[in-house]
Amino acid sequence: MNALVAPEPLPATLDPEKTALLARLADGLAPEQLYWVAAWSAARAGQVQRGVAPLESPAADVAAARLTILYGSQTGNAKRLAEALAGRSESGGLPVRLVRADAYSHRELARETQLLIVISTQGDGEPPDDARGLVEFLLGKRAPRLPGLHYAVLGLGDSSYPQFCEVGRQLDARLAALGATRLAPLGEADVDIDQVAVPWAARALEQARERLGRAEPPVVRAATVHALPARGAYSREKPFAATVLANQRIVSRESERAVHHLELSLEGSGLRYAPGDAVGIRPTQPPALVEQWLQALHLDGTQEVTHDGRTLPLAQWLGRERELTRLSRAFVAAHAAASGDADLMRVLRKEHAASFAQLLASHQPIDLLRRYRAAWPAEALVAALRPLTPRLYSIASSPRAVGEDEVHLTVARVAYEAFGMPHWGAASAFLAATGEDASLPVFIEPNERFRLPAEDRRDIIMIGPGTGVAPFRAFVQDRRESGARGRNWLFFGNRHFTRDFLYQVEWQEALKSRALHRLDLAFSRDGAHKTYVQHRLRERGRELYAWLEGGAHLYVCGDASHMAKDVHAALLDIAVAHGGHSADTAREWLADLLTQGRYAHDVY
Amino acid sequence: MPALSEFELVKERSRQLRGSIAEGLADPVTGAIGEADTKLLKFHGSYQQDDRDLREERRKQKLEPLYSFMLRARLPGGVVTPAQWLVFDRLARDYASSGLRITTRQTFQWHGILKNDLKPTIAAINHAMASTIAACGDVLRNVVSTPLPMQSAAHAEAYAWAAKLSEELAPRTTAYHELWLDGEKLVGEPEPEPLYGRSYLPRKFKIGLAIPPLNDIDVFAQDLGLIAIAGDGRLAGFNLAIGGGMGATHGDPTTYPRLAEVVGFVTPDRLRAAAEQIIAIQRDWGDRGERRHARLKYTLDRRGTDAFKAELERRLGFALEPARPYRFEHNGDRYGWLQGGDGRWHLTLHIESGRLLDRGERRLLSGMRELARVHTGDFRLTCNQNVIVANVEAGDRARIDAIVAGHGLDGYRRQSAIRRHAIACVALPTCGLAMAESERYLPTILDRLEAQLARHGLLEAPILLRLSGCPNGCSRPYLGEIALVGRAPGRYDLRLGADFAGQRLNRPYRENVDEPAILDALEPLFARYAAERSPGEGFGDFLVRSDVLGPARQIPAEGIA
Repeated sequence: MNALVAPEPLPATLDPEKTALLARLADGLAPEQLYWVAAWSAARAGQVQRGVAPLESPAADVAAARLTILYGSQTGNAKRLAEALAGRSESGGLPVRLVRADAYSHRELARETQLLIVISTQGDGEPPDDARGLVEFLLGKRAPRLPGLHYAVLGLGDSSYPQFCEVGRQLDARLAALGATRLAPLGEADVDIDQVAVPWAARALEQARERLGRAEPPVVRAATVHALPARGAYSREKPFAATVLANQRIVSRESERAVHHLELSLEGSGLRYAPGDAVGIRPTQPPALVEQWLQALHLDGTQEVTHDGRTLPLAQWLGRERELTRLSRAFVAAHAAASGDADLMRVLRKEHAASFAQLLASHQPIDLLRRYRAAWPAEALVAALRPLTPRLYSIASSPRAVGEDEVHLTVARVAYEAFGMPHWGAASAFLAATGEDASLPVFIEPNERFRLPAEDRRDIIMIGPGTGVAPFRAFVQDRRESGARGRNWLFFGNRHFTRDFLYQVEWQEALKSRALHRLDLAFSRDGAHKTYVQHRLRERGRELYAWLEGGAHLYVCGDASHMAKDVHAALLDIAVAHGGHSADTAREWLADLLTQGRYAHDVY
Repeated sequence: MPALSEFELVKERSRQLRGSIAEGLADPVTGAIGEADTKLLKFHGSYQQDDRDLREERRKQKLEPLYSFMLRARLPGGVVTPAQWLVFDRLARDYASSGLRITTRQTFQWHGILKNDLKPTIAAINHAMASTIAACGDVLRNVVSTPLPMQSAAHAEAYAWAAKLSEELAPRTTAYHELWLDGEKLVGEPEPEPLYGRSYLPRKFKIGLAIPPLNDIDVFAQDLGLIAIAGDGRLAGFNLAIGGGMGATHGDPTTYPRLAEVVGFVTPDRLRAAAEQIIAIQRDWGDRGERRHARLKYTLDRRGTDAFKAELERRLGFALEPARPYRFEHNGDRYGWLQGGDGRWHLTLHIESGRLLDRGERRLLSGMRELARVHTGDFRLTCNQNVIVANVEAGDRARIDAIVAGHGLDGYRRQSAIRRHAIACVALPTCGLAMAESERYLPTILDRLEAQLARHGLLEAPILLRLSGCPNGCSRPYLGEIALVGRAPGRYDLRLGADFAGQRLNRPYRENVDEPAILDALEPLFARYAAERSPGEGFGDFLVRSDVLGPARQIPAEGIA
């Protein structure tokens, strides 16, 4: 996000180096954290005026005496875990410093003694945006030898992707190769994060505490730049029952894929959100899907099953507690063992990684259950399946426009035929079928990495094909309501102009009222050639580059596996074609935008 | 002079029909073009429409109406070559939503063309040596002409005149080429048109040419009707009938349907000048303040037909000769095979509502395509929405019949008389003017009427039914023996008593009634007709003779206030 600098009207009171340091320190901090920093600065100013001793903080000493926690987070999970870790360390009396990966100076690494890294893996083995620089540095030639370092890495991932926890694995292996010593083995947390994260954290913190010796009050609390965010009454663990105010299909009747616009009431929840945030929903999976499972396995849905000290009917375990729509390696392995099927065994072997990836991409668990028959006792099944994780939807409204008590979502209903039977997504089918006045269990998932520029005169470029347009509806609403001075440029694409132009009438009105300044469209199935947003980007390359050179912020939301990569490639080409860059400097230019928080992703 | 209507200003400022159509076509955010441009677009042969069935649904879906374009060809005399047919058929399948539609003015319409497809469609039509220019708009429309070439020599001459007028009196603007055919962009201000000036006509202008005894084009419904007069097997010239027109507005007695009046005769060499000057006087005298009163029929009633004729003769520099005798037999089509004077054969097929589309067993669009692939003559579209497979060699008849039967195009052999002759305008869901269903309602009302007629033994009585979704009169409802003119969904004015020759308007019998009331009103009339008609007496004639309808009101006695 934007660097925080002294208010413009004042003459510069800091030299450039200090300004840059301060900017890096403040970058990525939430408002409450910035206020904390401001309060600390004010208190410190008083001390200085009274002639209190200067802050003694020789970096080496501090580093030797403290635990550093680095995190790289895309959707906020790694950040949340890292904050929790820091909170536990602090309350346990450990001096700790919590730093987002892109706010961390690589030169400090050589002086660290105790380091915990929490990092997620995106899509096909990519690091989160905020950790790209750190990962590149660590894996690269310039990484220093680290014989004095003790570390532990917690990787986050989703085992329904083939490159599960790849970034965590790479860092863990690389740090060892650089001579560092593990405090704990690599943690590889799947979507049911706590299962791995909780024991990993206990072990890592215990080991760190032993090495740092017993607790003394930290010398410099100022370095602990993250205050723990305040928790409201409702959260991921305790979702709020939001009333559905409206549920409207917003594609035409001919559209191949149903997309719904949902309006939810947050009244009485105390939940607050900002454009860029997501709503998390704890879904109930389609009863017809549960029925498919029960039939395929010849199990009785009313059977009581006890797992982890809870007893529920099997149908409820399956519908509400267990992941039924995403295949994981663990489940494939378990089912291979249960069925004894040689093909399934073979595909799990390392040399068949491509086939395995193909299997994960094209099959839901039910497809395996039907193809490779195996007897699953109910208890074993519940134990083998991953807990059902909440689904996140980028918010499509601004509280300034719709009121704080209302939130809008754009949901593509996943429902298709495969292998001769209907398939559904875990939440979208549930959401699309939700009637008005029903209620949904929701929470707010903040996304500090996807925020409108703090300076309202900045231009923004929004690339959001399909339901990726959702946060940009929020952005445009917000900029309209706040009277932002910068221009807004949206790139949208979908299959058909007449069927799938999400929020068409609203964009038309926004163009008329100058709430939206430019709109470029790509409808892939309308012409002889498939046209996507990246084609439009290239066509508009000259202007796009000029906007970015003028300080514009660029946002990408939507499909991670293809679109975000194609857009990235198009941006590199644009820098070469219109910015006089070489391929190498174009990469640096884009990396720099990323570091500045001017190239943000909300991709899935 | 009253203030010009808003659209007069749009036309005047349009730079000869350019407006901002090009910009509207290029706007990717909407499937529509600018409001004022939609009116200019008509001159290019297209109406912007939307699927009215989906309007409310799409509003809720936060989608704009499903805009599309109706495109109408300009096919003088309704003549289509097999090669053209195949192109038009392909366009219907590639770009349109509901096949090919034969209009009541002897041409094709394509419905549901999306904005981006408009240009390739128009370009392909032109590539096939046809056009869409002035198929709609305040200009001379497609010139219609009796299509059945029974009297081969006279028909050929008459058709040539229809084509000549259509060609020579069409707008000259290069905007058409510029917009649709990649013509050179005009720099600066265009020259005004020789006939149409900068503002074109006050309203549409229709010319139709009938060859007695067939009045299948409804010559008295035209602004300018030409009645071909033959002498010694050749064309001697034309009686001129002026001031016909169907359109009216519900609840506005200053608007009304009107039949054209025969004002004189001209020899063929003077036809072009006479037609041009009639158009020119209407251009100069027509009402440009109120579009409802802008057709020639109102100009005549306001200024007097005599004054108009005097002005015409003054501008021509010669007097019209006295009208010559003629006699029309009827204004329907003659179905089945007929042999022309030159020995060749013509097959008239009934196409319900003129809609060529594949629906189940009735694969009308495919059947016509198959015919176009083998046919060596040509096709003629009729003003009654039918098609004639014309100029067939005797030896080809069997092959043609087989294709016709194989695709369900042979309905004319089995259908009741009322079904064969019925015509209906398009109306919902695409027509923006429609107040009630028409084409989609026709099969239903025909089923009901057939049941009623069957009870009275009248299934073979040729009764002329015309159905219209609004009072503007595309299906020429005021010339139907029975007409339903839409007022609101499911409600119509029931009009009765026209002849079956296009020479007497019908009259309102029940206003704003629903189907049961319509059927109830007709029931006793059918009963009396079955019992009391004279041999060969038409339903409309019977109603007038038996005084069922009360005294006729003389039109235009209603006059303009």
